[in-house]
Amino acid sequence: MSGTWINFIFDIVICLFLLSGAFFLVSGSIGILRFPDVYTRLHAATKSSTLGVAGIMIGAFLFLYVENGIVSGKLLLGIFFVLLTAPVSGHMISRAAYRAGVPLWEKSVQDDYAEALEKEKKHQAQDS
Amino acid sequence: MPLQIVLNIIIAIMWMFLSESYTFTSFLVGYILGIILLFLLRRFVPDSFYMKRTWKFVQLILLFVRELVLSNLDILKYVYKPKQDMQPGIFALPIDVKTNFEITLLANLITLTPGTLSVVVSENHTKIYIHAMDIPDVQETINDIKNSFEKQIMEVTR
Repeated sequence: MSGTWINFIFDIVICLFLLSGAFFLVSGSIGILRFPDVYTRLHAATKSSTLGVAGIMIGAFLFLYVENGIVSGKLLLGIFFVLLTAPVSGHMISRAAYRAGVPLWEKSVQDDYAEALEKEKKHQAQDS
Repeated sequence: MPLQIVLNIIIAIMWMFLSESYTFTSFLVGYILGIILLFLLRRFVPDSFYMKRTWKFVQLILLFVRELVLSNLDILKYVYKPKQDMQPGIFALPIDVKTNFEITLLANLITLTPGTLSVVVSENHTKIYIHAMDIPDVQETINDIKNSFEKQIMEVTR
C-alpha cells in the first residue's frame, strides 16, 4: 500500500465488494443445498449468483483501476452478460423441469399452471 | 430515433477529425457535444429527443439493480432460517406487454425481483406463470410488477 488514506479507503471499499460478493455466492450455494425442490433451489441459484459475481467483478474492476490504472471493459461486460443470462437460464431450467413433470414441494399451496396445462392437453386431444 | 443516433455519431466522428486526436476520449467528447447540439436543435430534427428514452432506460436499469439487491437479502432470509416454513406455489399473472422483446425483459425482471421466478410464458402470450417463494407474502410484489415494471418497460419501448 502506498500509504495515503485515500488509498486506504479504496482498499476497504474493494474488500467490502469482494467479501459481500463471496458471501452472497456462499449463501446461494447453501440455499441450493437446503431448499426442498427444483424451483425453490433455482431461486437461490439465479439470484445470489448474479449479485455475487457482480460484486466480485466490481471489486476486481476497482482494484485494477486503483492499483494499476487499468480500465477493464471485459469485467464490466462480464457483469452485463451475467445479469442478462442468469434469469434466462433460470427460466428455461424451471420450464423444462415443469414440462418434464418434476413435482413441486409437497407443502406448496398453489399451482395455476397445472390447470392451464391440463386444459391445453384436452384441446390437443380434441383436435387430433 | 435511428436518424438522431446516426447524426450524433457523425458529429462525434467529425469532432474527432477536427481535433485531430483519434482516441476514445475525443470520440466521447464529440458524442457529448452532439447530444448538446441535438438538444438545442430538437425542433428541427424529426422525432422527439432520443435522450429522453435513454434516460428512461437508465432509470429502468437502476430499478433492476435495486430489485436485485433486495431480492438477494430476501433469499438470505430463507437460506438461514432454521425452520423451512415458507409456502411456495405457482400463480398466473396476466400481462399487457405484447412484443417478444418486452416479454423477455419483463420475465427477466420478474426473476430478479424478491421471491419470484418466472416459469412459463403461456402459448398466446397473455400470461406469465410465476413461481413464488412465499405466496401470502407476494401480493405486494405483484402490484409492483403490474404498476412499476410493466409501465416502465412500456415507456422505454413505445
